[in-house]
Amino acid sequence: MFEDFFDVVKKRFNGSEDDYKPPMFKCPRCQETSPLSKYEELHRVCPKCNYHGRLSSRERILITADKDSFREFDSEMKSLNPLDFPDYDEKQEEIRESTGLCDAVITGTATIKGSPVVLGIMDSRYMMGSMGSVVGEKVTRAFEYATENGLPVVMFTASGGARMQEGIVSLMQMAKTSGAVKLHSEAGGLYISVMTDPTTGGVTASFASIGDIIIAEPKVLIGFAGRRVIEGTIKQRLPEDFQLAEFMHEKGFVDMIVERRKMRSVLSHLLKLHGYYPKEV
Amino acid sequence: MDEKRSAWERLQLIHDKNRPTIRDYIPLIFTDFYEMHGDRLCGDDKAIIGGIARLDDRPVTIIAQVKGRDINENKVCNFAMPHPEGYRKALRLAKQAEKFHRPVICFIDTPGAFCGVAAEERGQGEAIARNIAEFMTLRTPIISIVLGEGGSGGALALGVCDELAMLENAEYSVLSPRGFASILWKDASREEEASGVMRITAEDMVELGVAEAIIEEPRGGAHNDLDKISENIKEYLSQKIPEKCKKDIDVLLKERYTKFRKIGAFTE
Repeated sequence: MFEDFFDVVKKRFNGSEDDYKPPMFKCPRCQETSPLSKYEELHRVCPKCNYHGRLSSRERILITADKDSFREFDSEMKSLNPLDFPDYDEKQEEIRESTGLCDAVITGTATIKGSPVVLGIMDSRYMMGSMGSVVGEKVTRAFEYATENGLPVVMFTASGGARMQEGIVSLMQMAKTSGAVKLHSEAGGLYISVMTDPTTGGVTASFASIGDIIIAEPKVLIGFAGRRVIEGTIKQRLPEDFQLAEFMHEKGFVDMIVERRKMRSVLSHLLKLHGYYPKEV
Repeated sequence: MDEKRSAWERLQLIHDKNRPTIRDYIPLIFTDFYEMHGDRLCGDDKAIIGGIARLDDRPVTIIAQVKGRDINENKVCNFAMPHPEGYRKALRLAKQAEKFHRPVICFIDTPGAFCGVAAEERGQGEAIARNIAEFMTLRTPIISIVLGEGGSGGALALGVCDELAMLENAEYSVLSPRGFASILWKDASREEEASGVMRITAEDMVELGVAEAIIEEPRGGAHNDLDKISENIKEYLSQKIPEKCKKDIDVLLKERYTKFRKIGAFTE
């Protein structure tokens, strides 16, 4: 999408090759600009401040799972409209067209350096990664599958919270998913929650926060209430680092902050430390 | 029971300053109430009270969100908006109930979990998530009743139960109609319209599988006859608690999980 946009800009404004300026990325954390190509090369990490930007779920699978190991569950599942909310169906159809996603999470089995896992990856491009019936059902099924098959779960979260358009039904997905996490835990399964940008609201208040191990990417937003809501309540500006991963780490709600380039190897080590070794061939 | 009111009319009723709170109900429903304090970690959140009492002759654990009846009471109980330590106190008391085989009765009445700096620093999200997960497998019966406002995750943290009852005019929602209108339509003044489309009434909850029972309020609302509404709540609990206590706990837990497991609307 960025590339299309910059192509248009280039064509329209660049009279000659000499005037050509490379597309730039402006970091939402440090506000500095860097060449977009550099940002992309680092898998969307700001070269100036190390902010870990948002990845699509497909990109995340590519850099996390072993090549061709991912087998997707429930790839066709789509949300109905439990409240008959006006324009909800149309809006979803549009987003499906533009993103190629069916909803805000992709789940399935994969291997990470040979260790088998159930993998869940949320995608903030789909209605801000909000959790409605489909996210709730797919996450629940992923944990249930892991429980039945003795597998660990690695869940990458990215969400603005509950899917407003599904009302109370979306709230109940918090109970459904957390219940499935609890049963997986009682069966002795390992659950690693990886919080990515942003992890907030109903997802923070359910399955994201109850991993055996909680990892966050650098500088990502993690919180329950939105920043503006809190500022409205307390009538003052919040410090810049409020609700960043480093803040939540400091407060004791995140075990470790792991850079994207090291994530795969950290996950692999943690899986092996819990006895999930590659299957003998 | 009155003629069916709109969601908006019910919201006005539950925000009436004379609407009874849990402090009014406890002496009329229970005996021997002993309040317990603190989460043993950080402090004692006055937005949630909890303790032990008798329902008929049976010891039970009560956990409840408390609204104030005036501004001074509300300052103390923070308008029933709990901090993480409130939810952690609730969990401590629920675990205590499990240990001593007492059923748990939760009363929900909150605009939502508190949104503030301290609440974030102490892990509001984690506290709610933990309660939801732990209540799902708590090995003792749990009944929850929404007395007035059932505001979002802050309500759900006391809402994972074997059976949920709504007072006739109570609401349960993912966020306030005002917040909903503001987020989806960028216009908070459309809150009445939002209350109509959100499906937040007791009947909606039963239809959507979120609640199992509706407790009838006296004509004009709960505040018109405190004795009568207390009697109705007590009658409901006196029937349900023994019924749930008789059940095999593993069957009960399976049913509790299934109650939430089946909520959702999707195709594949």
